[in-house]
This record gives sequence, structure tokens and C-alpha cells, in this order.
Amino acid sequence: MATAFSPTIPLHENRTSLPATRLVPPPPSSAFLGSTRSLPIRRLNHALAARRSPVVAVQEIVKEKKPTNSLLITKEEGLVLYEDMILGRSFEDMCAQMYYRGKMFGFVHLYNGQEAVSTGFIKLLTQSDSVVSTYRDHVHALSKGVSARAVMSELFGKVTGCCRGQGGSMHMFSKEHNVLGGFAFIGEGIPVATGAAFTSKYKREVLKQDCDDVTVAFFGDGTCNNGQFYECLNMAALYKLPIIFVVENNLWAIGMSHLRSTSDPEIWKKGPAFGMPGVHVDGMDVLKVREVAKEAVTRARRGEGPTLVECETYRFRGHSLADPDELRDAAEKAKYAARDPITALKKYLIENKLANEAELKSIEKKIDELVEEAVEFADASPQPGRSQLLENVFADPKGFGIGPDGRYRCEDPKFTEGTAQV
Amino acid sequence: MSAIIQGTGAATALTTLNSKKLVARSRTSLPGVDAGRRKRCIVAAGSDASKSFGSSSLLTLRHSHKLFANAVATKADTSATTTGHELLLFEALQEGLEEEMDRDPHVCVMGEDVGHYGGSYKVTKGLADKFGDLRVLDTPICENAFTGMGIGAAMTGLRPVIEGMNMGFLLLAFNQISNNCGMLHYTSGGQFTIPVVIRGPGGVGRQLGAEHSQRLESYFQSIPGIQMVACSTPYNAKGLMKAAIRSENPVILFEHVLLYNLKEKIPDEEYICNLEEAEMVRPGEHITILTYSRMRYHVMQAAKTLVNKGYDPEVIDIRSLKPFDLYTIGNSVKKTHRVLIVEECMRTGGIGASLTAAINENFHDYLDAPVMCLSSQDVPTPYAGTLEEWTVVQPAQIVTAVEQLCQ
Repeated sequence: MATAFSPTIPLHENRTSLPATRLVPPPPSSAFLGSTRSLPIRRLNHALAARRSPVVAVQEIVKEKKPTNSLLITKEEGLVLYEDMILGRSFEDMCAQMYYRGKMFGFVHLYNGQEAVSTGFIKLLTQSDSVVSTYRDHVHALSKGVSARAVMSELFGKVTGCCRGQGGSMHMFSKEHNVLGGFAFIGEGIPVATGAAFTSKYKREVLKQDCDDVTVAFFGDGTCNNGQFYECLNMAALYKLPIIFVVENNLWAIGMSHLRSTSDPEIWKKGPAFGMPGVHVDGMDVLKVREVAKEAVTRARRGEGPTLVECETYRFRGHSLADPDELRDAAEKAKYAARDPITALKKYLIENKLANEAELKSIEKKIDELVEEAVEFADASPQPGRSQLLENVFADPKGFGIGPDGRYRCEDPKFTEGTAQV
Repeated sequence: MSAIIQGTGAATALTTLNSKKLVARSRTSLPGVDAGRRKRCIVAAGSDASKSFGSSSLLTLRHSHKLFANAVATKADTSATTTGHELLLFEALQEGLEEEMDRDPHVCVMGEDVGHYGGSYKVTKGLADKFGDLRVLDTPICENAFTGMGIGAAMTGLRPVIEGMNMGFLLLAFNQISNNCGMLHYTSGGQFTIPVVIRGPGGVGRQLGAEHSQRLESYFQSIPGIQMVACSTPYNAKGLMKAAIRSENPVILFEHVLLYNLKEKIPDEEYICNLEEAEMVRPGEHITILTYSRMRYHVMQAAKTLVNKGYDPEVIDIRSLKPFDLYTIGNSVKKTHRVLIVEECMRTGGIGASLTAAINENFHDYLDAPVMCLSSQDVPTPYAGTLEEWTVVQPAQIVTAVEQLCQ
């Protein structure tokens, strides 16, 4: 819906006049980067852009890594990326089906269309790196390595879910894979991510351990107007924490257009204001995201501090499965649908002879089976019993206190069923 | 009444028990009280299972019995040991914190002015010099973010002690405390623990104004997944600090602005206080007075007057605001059948309100009178001294309430 303040076609049409920062290595004497250089105009033409990263990475390290045939990825890497994005897409599509069949309830926020961001960043991380997300977290968990079975079971509210059915769609956690959530209120995961990065620095500097773990915090454009975001940008830059702030700017916060809610819609600019590089990248292109991510992750691992990466992306579905999605213009949706990251990667792989149709089809089939199997597993899993009700409220259940009989309440065998008075 | 009559005989018996301190105390305090206590020692053996009562019971009490000459500053001694060192409450907190930081390198402190400044109430004085700027982290003024940062750090292996310069400032961190601190262990299905300690001074001070005089224990008490304790003496301050740091649960430790300069002798050897237990301050027969933090001293001051008037109040410092120690409290109620709660929270929705409900639910049959709760007025704490004095419960009101309940 066009209003006086929000043009129907957002931001990037006007790109011609907007500079973007490039990531540059910091001069040895300065404490942080400012953005003083501008890039040449980036074109909307997706096919051309796919061959050339518009964010020119001038780091020596990245230059060395670039293969001489100027392809950004190898075949193996390409297939990994493709499979991850297909998994994300298929899983989310299955979630929608299951929701409408009454297998999951509540608020379910799907990630369709944004797969490039998750895959582009998370596939560069190790198991001990941490990821923090928002309520739109299924695909972040999957990319990080949480099994589709565990995530689907969690969505069905079964015991076998990654959080024993206690978290749900908006609270995906995995200690094993260092997925630190899954948060329902926007912005509240960013301080947690900052804390995880703080631990990494603490381990290195106080405990003298060999720790170069980084943390990636994902959040949306709406969150960038929230105080917690700014407070954490300040602290992360101040303490030089190994964290990457990834803004998944899909231009809409439920029904609020980014342009209607933000005085300066260019979020990447807010990085340099706090003393860290701010980068804007095309979030519908997994290869571009990956190039930027490599740079940002390497920076963080080297102890140079945080980076703010704004990924321009789009969600093909509504905010959640309960959102009728009436406000967004059909033309805008069509435009971004044409930039589907999976289609783009497929095209790149085929055109550059990194894979053929048959291989990609077999990956798609494999993922389909995986997701089907996950649904079967979740369906067959048991619901949590009553005795699970009060478990995990406290790590140390003595916290429920001492009952009138002098014993700790948790010593009562029927206690966790919630039958005992608290 | 009977306590006083037996007093004269028993007072001499008391002096035969060891320790100059006891003798000294019986000189400065009322004979009736000492005798009463001796009598109570024998009768009240069952009231607190954690104490050992016997012929030399006074010396072996784990929780110290103190009489307070006035509401705030006091001299007292622990009967637990004759050696020990004397210090102020904020030094006791610091000692506890330092010992835990020595013991476990994962323990760290974060808050405003905790490092170079040493803490606005000097609880972290000297720690930054000893442990470094990263272990005693001076944060910018962003309570929500640094509380969340502490929670994230706790989830990934550290044990932060987060200081709110004034507890009231933690209202800005309510999002993190309620949503993350309290809930993440549950919503993650038990995968992540949050062993943080959130501490800071609260309560009504001396004309600090409304916003610096808040009692947040009532706001936080409903949050599932957290524990709340309130310290009131140097002994329990150190003990609770250590216990809170060692606990795997998130614990909120409430200190009081006016109690930081309390002096007491505490043991040299290491000890911790149980987070879930209440403290028997003064055993009695006629009425149970439940209190915590600063009001403990108002209650003890009122107790002096009450004893003079012939009453024998049992005073319990509940210490654990969430969960309540219903064993100690229940045993007391079963003995005295009358309960008075004295707290500094506001009347509406305060700790006293919850405690009243808990007592009525669990011990209704044992009550001879309705539970009475004296709380602060439901007003923003005024600046003017006179008005501020009338906002909180004063000893005279406690005396009147006891007289009313014991009719």
C-alpha cells in the first residue's frame, strides 16, 4: 500500500545515490573503522551480480583464497550451500502444511526467501561458534546442525523436541550445536549474543584458553529501532567482542514498513556510528552473503571486534502463519520472488558447471525424504507427561524451597507433576 | 509474664556459662529476656531443626542470637565462635565475593562503577586491581543490555555477578530478568543454565527520593525460575553471597542501603548460608514476627519494648523471599498461633501479601488470629524526612500491632 511516506518499491531502486561501505582492514593505529569510501553503483541485475561480488573484499586473506578461475565456491561448497537452502525451504513449507493440519499451534514464523542469509553465514561457522536468533529461528537451527527431527518434534510439542517440547517455535535451543535461542521478544537475544561473545573473549584473556569462537546474532529491521540493539552495538565495539550483528532486513515488521518506522532506513550506517564497520549486502544472493560473512567472521576471530552486516532480503510468506499479509504490494513480492536465492544458486552452479540438474534433483529428493521422515518421527513421538511440568524450572530444584514438613519440595516424588503446593 | 518471674534466678545461671560476652550482654540487656531465652532454648528445641539445643546450647547455636540496642547500627557477636574477625556488612559482601572469585576463575562481576570506582557502596572495592578489568567489568549505563550480557555469558560457561547500582535501576533490565534469566532454563528444555547472581542495594534510605527508594522484591517475586534472598547481617550477607554464587539457579540478592555499615564479628573459617532457609533471630512463645532486611532491626527494637511489656515475640528473618521456608515459619506458627509480618514492601502485592497467603493456605488451622501484615504505605517514597518516616513501618507500630494481636 503506497502512502505518502512509503514508496511501494523500497530501498534498492534508489540505490544509485546511496553509497555502501566496503570492508577494509583497519589501519594499525586506529581503534575502529569508519566508512569513508563508497562503492560503485550496484546494479539490480541479478545475473550479472552473481558473478561478481559487489562488496569488494580487499582483504589480503580473501584475495588469496579466491581461486584463479574466479569462481566464489568449489563444487563441494556449492552443494553444501544448496542442500542447506533446500532444507530450509522444504522444512518451512512442511511447517506451513502441518500448521494448517493442526499439528502445531501458536505463532509460527517462516523463513521462506531468507535462506541465503542463514546459509551464507552459518555454513562458515564451527560447532563451537554460537548463533542467536529471534522467533524466526527454525532455519538458523537447521543450518547450525540441529536435526530436522528435533526441530519438527519441538514444533509438534513432543518430548523428543530439541527443548523437550517446552520451548516451541520461537525458542529453539541446542547446547550441542550452540544455538542460544530462539527469543520471542525482538531484541532480547542481542544482549545474550553479546554475552556469548564476552565469554569467548574472557576465555581467551582471563582463562588463557585457546578460544576464537565467534557469535552471530540474527535479527530484523524492526529490531534496529530497539534500545537493546544500540546498547549492544556500543558494548560490543567498546570491548571488541567477537560478534557479528546480522540484520535480516526484509523491509517489514509485521505490517510496519521499515521506511515508515525508521528515520534513517540505512541500517548499515549505524555500525560506524558505534565504531564498527557497517556493510550492506544483497541478502538474496548466498554467495555475496558468504563473502561478506567470511570477512566479518575472520575479523572477529582475529580479535578485531564486531561487524554490523545488513542483508537486504525478503520473506515470501507473511510475518507468521496467522498473518494475512495484505499490506505488501504484489509487485514487490513478485520482484523478490524473481530473486529467489535457491533459484539463483542453482543457476550459478549449473552455468559454472559445478553441478548438473541430476545432482541437484537428487539433493532435493534427499531433503524431501528427510523432512517427511522428520514429520513421521515427530508424529510418532510421545507428548510430554505430567511429570515434566515442573522439571527444568530450576537447574537446582532446591529452588522450589522447603515445605512445611521440613523436606525440600523437590524430594516429594509427586512434586514435578505440579500436584504439590509451591 | 512467666518469663520475667523466672528471670532473676535464671540470669545468674546464665553467667556461669562461658564467655565474657554473654556476661557483658546480660548487663546491657534486660534480665527478663535472657532468662526467657534460656527457658525457650529448652522448650523450643523443635522449632528449628537446623539448630542443636543442649545444655550449652547458647554457644552452639548456628544462627546467632542478637539483641539490638537500636534499629540500625549495632554491636553484636556470634555465639558460633569466639575467634573471628569484625567487619562491616559491605566488607562481608566483598569478602564473600572475593573468596568465590579466588575459588573459581569463571566468577566475574559486571555493573556500573564496579571496577575502578570500587562500587558505589564499595562492595567491589579493590577487586578490579586484583582480578583485572575484564573480570570486574565496568559497564556503560545500559542495564537491560549488560544484564542480558551476563545472562548470555552464564549460558556459555561463566558465573557473572551482576550489580545494579541501585536495585531500582534493574527495572530497566526487567525484560532480561523476566524473560531470559527466569525462563531460559525451562524453554531450552534444561539445556542451558543461568548461574547468575543479580545483586544491589534497594529499600528506603535516608531521603533518597522516590525512585531510589524502591523495593523490587515484590515486582520480581512472580517470575518463575529465579530465587530471591535478602541479607540483613554481615554474617548472612557473606554466607548468602557465597551460596548465591555457587548456586546453579539465578539468584537475586537484595541488599539494603542502610545496612551496609552494620558491624559484626564473623567466623574466620569458610561458611555459606542456605539459600532456602529462614533465620531464627529470637525464639519466643507469644507471637511469630516474620520480617526481612532492614525491618528486622525495627522489629528487634520493638521486641525490646515488647519484652518490657511482658510479651515474648518470636522473630524470624525469613531471608529467602522466594521460596519461603515454610518449615521454619510453619513450626513457629504451630507454636505461637499468631503471626505478624513486618516488611518494607508496599502493601499491595508485596512479599507480605504472598506470605500471608502461604500461611493461610498451609497453617490455617493453627492460627488463633488473622495474619496481620505491616507494610510500607502504597506511596512513592516522599523526600521529606517526616513523610518518609511515616511511609515505612516504625517500631511503635509493631508494638501496637503485637498488642492488638495478642489480646
